[in-house]
Amino acid sequence: MADTTSGQDDIENTKPSLLARVVTSPIDVCQAIGHTILSFFQMLGRLILFMVETIARGFAPPFYGRQIIRQVIDIGYYSLPVVGMTAVFTGMVLALQSYTGFTRFNAEGAIAGVVVLSITRELAPVLAGLMVAGRVGASIAAEIGTMRVTEQIDALTTLSVSPFKYLIAPRVFTGTIMLPVLVLIGDIIGVFGGYVVSVYTLGFSPNSYISQTWDILETMDVVSGLIKAAAFGFIVTIMGCYHGFNSARGAQGVGAATTNAVVSASILILISNYFLTQIFFS
Amino acid sequence: MNAGTEKLEAINEMPSKSNDNPMLWLYGVKKTFGSNNVLQGINLKLPKSKSLVVIGGSGSGKSVMLKCILGLITPDDGSIFVDGEETVGLSIKKRNQLMHKFGMLFQGGALFDSLKIWENVAFGLIQGQQMARADAYYVAIERLRAVGLGKKVADLYPSELSGGMQKRVSLARAIATDPEIIFFDEPTTGLDPIMADVINDLITETVRDMGATALTITHDMGSVRKVADEVAMIYKGQIIWQDDVQNLDNSGNEYVEQFINGSAEGPITDDARKDGLI
Ligand SMILES: Nc1ncnc2c1ncn2[C@@H]1O[C@H](COP(=O)(O)OP(=O)(O)OP(=O)(O)O)[C@@H](O)[C@H]1O
Ligand SMILES: [Mg+2]
Repeated sequence: MADTTSGQDDIENTKPSLLARVVTSPIDVCQAIGHTILSFFQMLGRLILFMVETIARGFAPPFYGRQIIRQVIDIGYYSLPVVGMTAVFTGMVLALQSYTGFTRFNAEGAIAGVVVLSITRELAPVLAGLMVAGRVGASIAAEIGTMRVTEQIDALTTLSVSPFKYLIAPRVFTGTIMLPVLVLIGDIIGVFGGYVVSVYTLGFSPNSYISQTWDILETMDVVSGLIKAAAFGFIVTIMGCYHGFNSARGAQGVGAATTNAVVSASILILISNYFLTQIFFS
Repeated sequence: MNAGTEKLEAINEMPSKSNDNPMLWLYGVKKTFGSNNVLQGINLKLPKSKSLVVIGGSGSGKSVMLKCILGLITPDDGSIFVDGEETVGLSIKKRNQLMHKFGMLFQGGALFDSLKIWENVAFGLIQGQQMARADAYYVAIERLRAVGLGKKVADLYPSELSGGMQKRVSLARAIATDPEIIFFDEPTTGLDPIMADVINDLITETVRDMGATALTITHDMGSVRKVADEVAMIYKGQIIWQDDVQNLDNSGNEYVEQFINGSAEGPITDDARKDGLI
């Protein structure tokens, strides 16, 4: 080994660069790229199978009511403060920012509309989705990952209980249902935040702000946001479950699963948000 | 040729449908993780209502073997017959039915930490057999008493118990559903000698009174002598010796001898040196 690479060693000896060690020949480059692409599709395939299995098994009895109630509390109720805070401050900052912008065109009357449309169509679902990805996605991945590593998932299976029905379906189902609920509440709180800033800081009249809000808002604005929220709830919970379920052994494995769950859910939320928006408003 | 070797040869024969079936029959089971050939063709026969103890060094693949039998790990090759039925590659539905026959004590306990102790013990009854929670509670209390735990712990959570107590709860959970075949992965590690003996008695009683078939993994030679009808030794991914427990002390197998005497020098150490492991 030393003989064959000695010539190269002489050149590299002074400063062995990382790149030189990783990429040594064009074939290696192709291999690395090919490997990445293959493992991406392998993961995609596994993820799709995982989703199919979750949906197929989740809709067949037995249903675990206690698990669903626990998840409603965990995913829904305990996310309320986070989503509420996000929404109220987003609404407030929106009012401030659009005021600085719109006074230059003498278009202060549009502020109410900008706030309500931005909140319902985009900001409430996306920001709530991202916040819930951080809160719920991480905790799902950590919990299920720990159960995997400590053989609790194996124990479930040996006790004739499907982990898909008992652990995964309740979480995914609840996430898909609860995120729209959270976002609806976020919509209201966000608009209220904009109202407070506009009326108490910017000096708008309460009545005209409210009527401007109602005038511009259409059902589709809210509904599209809620449908997005359902999609994001599905993404967050399924990614948390998937990464936790396939967690590698040891504490490091669980840590990596948690990170991957949050990162992949966040990116998928942003990507799918674009395509959903295109579908709704094209 | 001694009796142990003869028996091993009988075990190594191909499974056939004709003779009356053993409860559990592993034939040529192989499993590899990456470059680690953990199981290299396991042949093992376990007659009905007998208690078999498997001994073998740490990392020799005992736990992996159990997980293959339970279907938690799919073997790369080989067959596993349970009560005459091939179980490798079974459909999810059939596998689920088969699981009702099994009870398993995991090496690490594997208690559900979001559930109370009694809910852990009663889990198989409530979720698997749809027993009412109130009835399952009494069964759980009963089972907990059998493993030396009082009513007080029933409402605690697993994290509030010591390691040895968790192990006993796990044992109670494994036998709560009266399974036909029970696997105990190191049931007495982490227990004090008195409690270890209580558990040994419990395993013996379970086999004798419930007519269950038991496969126990242990490093504890006292436990081997107490619970085993038969003993098998796993070494380098294969069963190298299996015989009645009475023949353990004159096995005529130097690997078994080194293992049961716990001597630092012997063929196992020599092999490890040759392989560069020590
Ligand atoms: N899921 C897995 N992935 C990769 N390797 C594994 C896996 N499970 C077990 N192994 C490896 O298989 C080998 C055997 O492990 P196993 O747990 O069966 O040992 P054991 O005989 O039960 O040992 P001990 O007496 O210490 O419990 C070990 O080298 C272990 O690292
Ligand atoms: Mg083990």
